[in-house]
Amino acid sequence: MDILLYLIPAALVLGLIGLGGFLWALRSGQYDDLDGAAYRILFDDDEPPAADRTTHERR
Amino acid sequence: MSAPIPRAATLADGPEARGEPAAGQGGEMTEPGPAPPPAPRCLHCGLPVAEAESGAAGGDRPFCCSGCAAAYSLVAGLGLADYYRRRTLDPNQRPLKPEDADAVGGAVDLAGHVRTENGRSEVSLVVEGLHCAACVWLIESVLAREPGVISARINMTTRRLALAWRDGESSGDHLVDVVRRLGYRLVPFDTTRLDSERRRRERELVRAMAVAGFAAGNVMLLSVSIWAGAGQGMGPATRDLLHWVSALIAMPAIAYAGRPFFRQALSVLRMGHTSMDVPISLGVLLATAMSLYQTARGAEHAYFDSAIGLLFFLLVGRYLDLLARGRARSAAEHLLALGGAAVTVVGADGEKRVLAPARVEPGMTVLVAAGERIGVDGRIAAGVSDVDTALIDGESTPKPVAPGASVFAGTLNLTAPLRIAVTAVGDGTLLAEIARLIEAAEHQRGRYVALADRVARLYAPVVHSLAALTFLGWWLGAGATWQDALLIAIAVLIITCPCALALAVPVVHVVASGRLLRRGVLLKSGTALERLAVVDTIVFDKTGTLTLGRPRLVETAGASDPAALAQAAALAAASRHPLARALTRAAEARGVPVAAAGGVSEVPGAGLERRTAGGVTRLGSRAFVGADAGGATDVANGAMSGVGPELWLARPGEAAVRFAFADAPREDARAVVAALRRLGCKVELLSGDREAVVAAVAAEVGIETWRADCRPGDKVRRLESSAGRGARVMMVGDGLNDAPALAAASVSLSPATAVDVSQTAADLVFQGDRLAPVVEVLEIARQAQRLVKQNLALAFLYNATTIPLAIAGLVTPLIAAIAMSTSSLVVIVNALRLNRGSVR
Repeated sequence: MDILLYLIPAALVLGLIGLGGFLWALRSGQYDDLDGAAYRILFDDDEPPAADRTTHERR
Repeated sequence: MSAPIPRAATLADGPEARGEPAAGQGGEMTEPGPAPPPAPRCLHCGLPVAEAESGAAGGDRPFCCSGCAAAYSLVAGLGLADYYRRRTLDPNQRPLKPEDADAVGGAVDLAGHVRTENGRSEVSLVVEGLHCAACVWLIESVLAREPGVISARINMTTRRLALAWRDGESSGDHLVDVVRRLGYRLVPFDTTRLDSERRRRERELVRAMAVAGFAAGNVMLLSVSIWAGAGQGMGPATRDLLHWVSALIAMPAIAYAGRPFFRQALSVLRMGHTSMDVPISLGVLLATAMSLYQTARGAEHAYFDSAIGLLFFLLVGRYLDLLARGRARSAAEHLLALGGAAVTVVGADGEKRVLAPARVEPGMTVLVAAGERIGVDGRIAAGVSDVDTALIDGESTPKPVAPGASVFAGTLNLTAPLRIAVTAVGDGTLLAEIARLIEAAEHQRGRYVALADRVARLYAPVVHSLAALTFLGWWLGAGATWQDALLIAIAVLIITCPCALALAVPVVHVVASGRLLRRGVLLKSGTALERLAVVDTIVFDKTGTLTLGRPRLVETAGASDPAALAQAAALAAASRHPLARALTRAAEARGVPVAAAGGVSEVPGAGLERRTAGGVTRLGSRAFVGADAGGATDVANGAMSGVGPELWLARPGEAAVRFAFADAPREDARAVVAALRRLGCKVELLSGDREAVVAAVAAEVGIETWRADCRPGDKVRRLESSAGRGARVMMVGDGLNDAPALAAASVSLSPATAVDVSQTAADLVFQGDRLAPVVEVLEIARQAQRLVKQNLALAFLYNATTIPLAIAGLVTPLIAAIAMSTSSLVVIVNALRLNRGSVR
């Protein structure tokens, strides 16, 4: 049963990391604009406008 | 869960759905179908352009004005012309027309809103005229390309722009001006005023829920090992270790996540009464304290898992409750908090400034562009125009106005710019008067107590006395030690903790509002469903509710003559007057080609005219075209002259032709009225319109009880007298004139095309051109009410079986945990049945 002395703290630390991550995301406003984020990905300037146009026309 | 704003624009039916994207035609999305070649539309703002103008302003490309041409070249020059292919124009939004810096404009008053720190300035602004996600992208991209800008980010849900720049490299006024030149308007706002108490509470609940969820999961795991270990001969040392670890996790989590309940319980106790929070706080705290005591003694039973699990379920219920009370409401409140749209004030020296309505004072002169809503009460100083007063009196035909006439805040200026001398602002306006009526009426309704609260009010004292009696019974009656008696009393408190009860109602409400949302109905009030379920009388407004609020061409001699229709539509294409737009729509629908004529001038308050070599062609009121002199063909053949709005067309050498319009009822209005009758409801119609019009519509949709010429106060009185007779009234209305009635009715519904004030006053808002949601809402509310009652019954059943066990002292932590989670799950599963069609 000595293994518990390691396993319980390890499980707790992992859980705490997840909790911390969620609270951080909440605080940094990632849940503030749930509508905009879905569209934002479509408008990122990650390719030059010319290439972008051809993809549009192919569709 | 996202906050759905009632808007038409979606990216899904974006550029490629509308044919050749490069032409940049932001068409009217509401009018799909086989249209003949439409009038050329402005490349930037998407409004129709007359041929003659387009050449003048933009070379070979169509632009409606130099402002739009400048905006287009700015966007194209920055390499952002993709915007025109990506966007979807929303016909319900303000058109994207940059205001001419000379006509309207001047600087937005940023003073007092900019926060500067270490050379970094920040300001928050609300963007007016946001059509779709592409607009967000355009504004952000344009601002990001400005030197000195640190960040520019728009929140699409709240339509707020957060702008930060380095001092010295740029200035707020300049950046605001850049966005303004694209055709958007910016209004600064106070972050402190809008970051409301509710939002803060929501965040606190989410954080508490996360912490409680984490702790509950871990403690539950440890408890499972303890119970499993008990059957396999786990040693007491290991058990104590697991208990201590549980305590270590549970106690800080309870201290943190329990605060929302503890605080409420304290404040209620201080005021000398009790609420649901008191037994919750007591149960959780006592369970923790007792478990700690047991753990310290090395005893077998600890209730940490019950305490933290209970807290978690209750937080979920509390959060769902908050959600159900409405994101939609906050969106509407948000618009109200801004105090309406910005107002352009002309100073004595001719300088123009954009001010928030709250800062305008009587005596100032306000400039209102064509197509803009008037933000103040006043008298017209200069300008002749037509004003749409539908919000105030429900009248569907615009009224011509001239200098000296009074205009009211909330009305819409249609045809020409107006200068208005302000007579009243803020609390003095008619708008504010209506807002006061709403408030008074809402106060009445605020007294309605939700079923769950009524149950809770009885529940708390019963639980407390039960626990006290158990303690006394065991200690004095059965001769147990006071420690043992206390343990049993605490077990009673834990087991009776209103877990299922606190979940029963919010879960049903959230499921119901989710189902309504998928049907395009926003539920804004937590208690609306309960009030809906008992409705027996339904009162409709006419304009914009029972009808679409858009005039439609009816068959007359003029309408059936394609040549006359084509000529009339050619003139009408140059105007934004509702009748003119109805005429062009009708022409397009009938396949008559609409080619916007050049050289059309608008005579405000009268009509349109076009001078050519062959003579003058006029489209407008009967007096304007001189129809009486020219010999009217329609009057002769006995058409109902004067019932609805009309337009006359006079052409050189031909008799004047009459076009009559009517505000047609929504397609399914008749079926909905019949369906409501089948549900056992009485249906009435109250309108501010004239008697003949109201009678015609009432007959068409099959409503027998109707009343015309109602002022806002009349409607409220009528509803109050109905309520006095014991009727439960649902009001369906859209106009500002309906808002007080919406608030006075026991429950109210408003279409998404309604004004902000009405949407705020209404409990539910529905989208779309159909009226069917009214019936669906009633049906869903009745089902939801059945489910709430079933859930409450289930919760009581659970208590009825477990409380005797607890009083008998037989409840172990295992039984407590199982009973509690199953009762919660049963309640949730029962509520989810609402998602699957009809419920019995």
